[in-house]
Amino acid sequence: MSGVSIWLPTGSALVLFGLLGMLLASSILRKLLAFNVMGSGIFLLLLALRPPGPDGVADPVAQALIITGIVIAIAATALGVRLARRYFELSGHTELPEDRAATRDD
Amino acid sequence: MNDWLLPLTLASSLVAGLVIFFLPERSVALRSALNLGAALLKLACVGAMLWGTQQGISYELRLPFLPGHELLLRADPLGLLFVTLSALLWLLTTVYAIGYLEGSPNRSRFFGFFSLCVTATVGIALSGNLVTFFLFYELLTLATYPLIVHRGTPQVLQAGARYLAYTLGGGVVLLAAIVWLQVQVGPVEFQAGGVFATLDASATPEAWMLVGIFALFIAGLGVKTALAPLHGWLPQSMVAPAPVSALLHAVAVVKAGAFGIVRVVYEVFGIEFAHSLGVLLPLAVVASITIVFGSLRALTQDDLKRRLAYSTVSQVSYIVLGVALFGPAGTIGGLVHLVHQGIMKITLFFCAGNYAETLGVHRISQMAGIGRRMPWTTAAFSIGALGMIGVPPVAGFVSKWYLGLGAIESGLSWVLAVLLFSSLLNAAYFLPILRLAWFEPPPARWPHEGGHGPSHGAAHDADEQGAKQGPPRTGDAAPLLLLPTLCAAALALLAGLAAGVPLSPLDWVRFITATEYLP
Amino acid sequence: MTEAMTEALLLPLLVLWPLAIGLGLYALPERASAALQVLGTLVLAGLIATVFATMLASPEPLRAALGGWAAPLGIELVADRLAQAMLLLTLLVYAAVLLYAQAYFAHGSEAAQRFWPLAWMLWAGLNAGYLSADLFNLYVALELVGLAAVGLTALTGQSTALAAALRYLLAALLASNLFLLAVVLLYAATGSLALDSIGAHLAAVGTTPWYAKLALALVLVSLALKTALAPLHFWLPAAHGNAVTPVSALLSALVLKVSLLIFLRLWLEFAPALDLAALGLLLALLGLLASVWGSVLALTQRKIKMLIAYSSVAQVGYLFLPFAWLLPGGLGAALALEATVLHLLAHALAKAAMFLAAGVLVLSAGRDDLVSLRGAVAREPLAFAALTLAGVSLIGLPPSLGFAAKWQMMQAALLADQWPWLLWLLGGTLLTAAYVFRVLRLAFLPTPEAFEARAPLPQRLSLCALALALLAALGGFGAAALSDWLAAETLLWPGSGA
Repeated sequence: MSGVSIWLPTGSALVLFGLLGMLLASSILRKLLAFNVMGSGIFLLLLALRPPGPDGVADPVAQALIITGIVIAIAATALGVRLARRYFELSGHTELPEDRAATRDD
Repeated sequence: MNDWLLPLTLASSLVAGLVIFFLPERSVALRSALNLGAALLKLACVGAMLWGTQQGISYELRLPFLPGHELLLRADPLGLLFVTLSALLWLLTTVYAIGYLEGSPNRSRFFGFFSLCVTATVGIALSGNLVTFFLFYELLTLATYPLIVHRGTPQVLQAGARYLAYTLGGGVVLLAAIVWLQVQVGPVEFQAGGVFATLDASATPEAWMLVGIFALFIAGLGVKTALAPLHGWLPQSMVAPAPVSALLHAVAVVKAGAFGIVRVVYEVFGIEFAHSLGVLLPLAVVASITIVFGSLRALTQDDLKRRLAYSTVSQVSYIVLGVALFGPAGTIGGLVHLVHQGIMKITLFFCAGNYAETLGVHRISQMAGIGRRMPWTTAAFSIGALGMIGVPPVAGFVSKWYLGLGAIESGLSWVLAVLLFSSLLNAAYFLPILRLAWFEPPPARWPHEGGHGPSHGAAHDADEQGAKQGPPRTGDAAPLLLLPTLCAAALALLAGLAAGVPLSPLDWVRFITATEYLP
Repeated sequence: MTEAMTEALLLPLLVLWPLAIGLGLYALPERASAALQVLGTLVLAGLIATVFATMLASPEPLRAALGGWAAPLGIELVADRLAQAMLLLTLLVYAAVLLYAQAYFAHGSEAAQRFWPLAWMLWAGLNAGYLSADLFNLYVALELVGLAAVGLTALTGQSTALAAALRYLLAALLASNLFLLAVVLLYAATGSLALDSIGAHLAAVGTTPWYAKLALALVLVSLALKTALAPLHFWLPAAHGNAVTPVSALLSALVLKVSLLIFLRLWLEFAPALDLAALGLLLALLGLLASVWGSVLALTQRKIKMLIAYSSVAQVGYLFLPFAWLLPGGLGAALALEATVLHLLAHALAKAAMFLAAGVLVLSAGRDDLVSLRGAVAREPLAFAALTLAGVSLIGLPPSLGFAAKWQMMQAALLADQWPWLLWLLGGTLLTAAYVFRVLRLAFLPTPEAFEARAPLPQRLSLCALALALLAALGGFGAAALSDWLAAETLLWPGSGA
């Protein structure tokens, strides 16, 4: 593994923030956002760890991975948002029951 | 034809049981026919195997089961002894149960599990290796639970839960012993003289390990055998209907445990090897403690079935004691008591059921003068009781005689004291019943004259379900109840009187014993 | 030429065909759904039979590279014995569940219309999970399974179902990202996505690099979360307990297993290079914790489906116990692997049967708390028989498949010189028996006075449950054959003894 660039620390930071967000955020929407942030961080890390070769050709596998990953993330986020929205319509809550005690709004 | 006998012996009750589950409650005739037909078929198969073995035919069936361990069924002399006892007593119990449960609910369910129970018992008898034995042993636990909780009252369910806790607990200990042993020496098939006799020294595990395995075996099997202190489930399970008690105590569960101990000591470890390991003495001590403890507790019980239950706790340990005595006489005594105790105990339980069914009598204090009212039943009871005490010519005398010889032979004279003391205790708790039954004047009115539905133990009128309304019974018990009772009593007498005759249980047991000891 | 083509198509079809059926079910009207699904199942069964037939002779895995593109750029599917066993298991469970669901859902219900396409897409994802041999494919398969499962959990659209689905989704997404991160690390290090390149790379490098340990840790947390190994099981009880019965069956029986299988594969790759003894012990301890926790909680549940869901938590714990003995050069490794596979199969069959049977009882009683089920038991004896037989396998009594699994586990523990585990294997039996008999004793309680004679439910429901239950309860008889066929030693590292 080589290449100390701006992307490595950025990616790592995003992964970390995303992870913390998923664990600590109370609102479902925030958790989904954190999931996406974490995902983006992982993709940045991949790019950082597999930079283009000396001839300037990018790593095709890495590109394929990232594209697939983005598509999956979109699908998952869409499902999550749709479920969250329906849940809000039925129950009036934006958090899951176990996260609700932390916030004041009910 | 020969290949089919073994599976047919098992299948007769298994198939019958499965079919009976689906029969509607009303089809009494069909269900009874199936039950009796299966019992007779099984007896016929056993008879055929006996005859075949005499001719030198060997019966064996191997099926793939676990990786490296097969399912093995085999009709060897020891197994045949147990299976004959089971099949014969089964027939009697089936007739009895049909009569006893007349008119009560859920009979199809009852007889379905009843048949599964006998399938398991036959399987235990005919098992040729430890894995197969364990399979049927656990199946027996599963099949007997529904019989115990048949009535569905809270009391009965609690007894059932206790039964499960004990027997499943014993089962896991037994499994531990089996796995531990087989990891050390490979798959273990039962063979006369034990596995270690033919194993060379390098392959034999160390002594401490074998002692540990032995202890686990005894603990695991000891639950069903009701060795103290693992006997707690037995008196409580007396809340089950009388045919179930008869079954548990005479034919199936308790005998299966004792039979298991016999197999382990003689055909897994081998009596000579066990003696050299030094495990026989502790076993004798445990058995002796149980014998005395059971008899002492029996003295204080007023409920007839509970007194019989503690008597069983005590009596079955005679078998274990016989096993623990090193020497042919002890072995003979223990093994023959397996048969004799079964016959005598079933007689006593049938009688207890008769008293409860016909007159609503559950407690001994209610039994004054019952001999006059129900002479045949009480005569049978007397035979059984005398046999338990060890009075000739009833079968019990023969077993105790050999046990006494065995005690002397193995040099454990304190065992003689135990035998004598327990016989005295037996007399102490049986003779008063006989005196009460025959010589005291009967009460003005019996608790429930006229044949109400099954009501046992502390169950009161409110508890009765499906009480049958028959005409008040004036004589002894109903024919379906009385006939098996008398047959059993006759067998007990016969086994004692004709003990010297070839093909009697005693003769058979002598033959088995000869194979277990090195020449 | 055609033979090679058919072979090349065979494995991809196992994934593409259920996907196609799923899409078809979405597009076509409901009248065609039953016929399409029967067709779909039969074709899939034929495909799986072909795989078995092709591989009958030798345990050499079948390989297929999609589009002729070899790894690392292309997607390669591999069918070894493990995959075959899982394919067959999934077929059996699905056949029963689909037949069940046909009769279970009210005619034309919205939930049913959503169920069919999602179930088939789940099937595609499961098959992909079994057959994938490279990391990224595994990731995609896990995603497909996860999203389909979440959709199925939310099927009824009610508030409780949605909450359970959301919780499941968030847990699954977290797990997916952790897994993806691990994939990224491994790819960056080895330059290849193929599973077997991990082992080769680690062997070449010699020392244990930090990224390998980190990747393994990430994979472990991720898949433990997906398999609901305590303490990461928080999402399971609500999801499995509140879902529609056929969904509960699929989730508990199959979805939990694919992530375990993937973990097993990765474990086998990492094991030769890293010293996994401590990690294996940790997993086994967590498994012990899970089985105690799950069993104890199962004892306190009032609703039958929640009881069964907590039972899954407990049984998953058992699935992780053999990792303590699954070490290269360790005696008992092959037995441990066999035990895991047997237990996987046993639990899947038994748990599916239990859920299906419980579903019948709940439908019959109209309520799902244990006390109310007494009358239902009398009305639906076959369902109750299925419940009993499934319980026998769960407890691990002979001759069930569960017993065979436990037997192998005990032997593995003894061979690996770790006999204290025996105490738990046996003690767990008793705990499981305690909560199973809590349900079984229902049959013996007197039927309540208000015993209405309801119309009996279609027999098919109970029969589906009974079929799976019989397989589980009698499966021990096939254990020897299964063990021979599986040839666990060939799946392990070279030089592993039995």
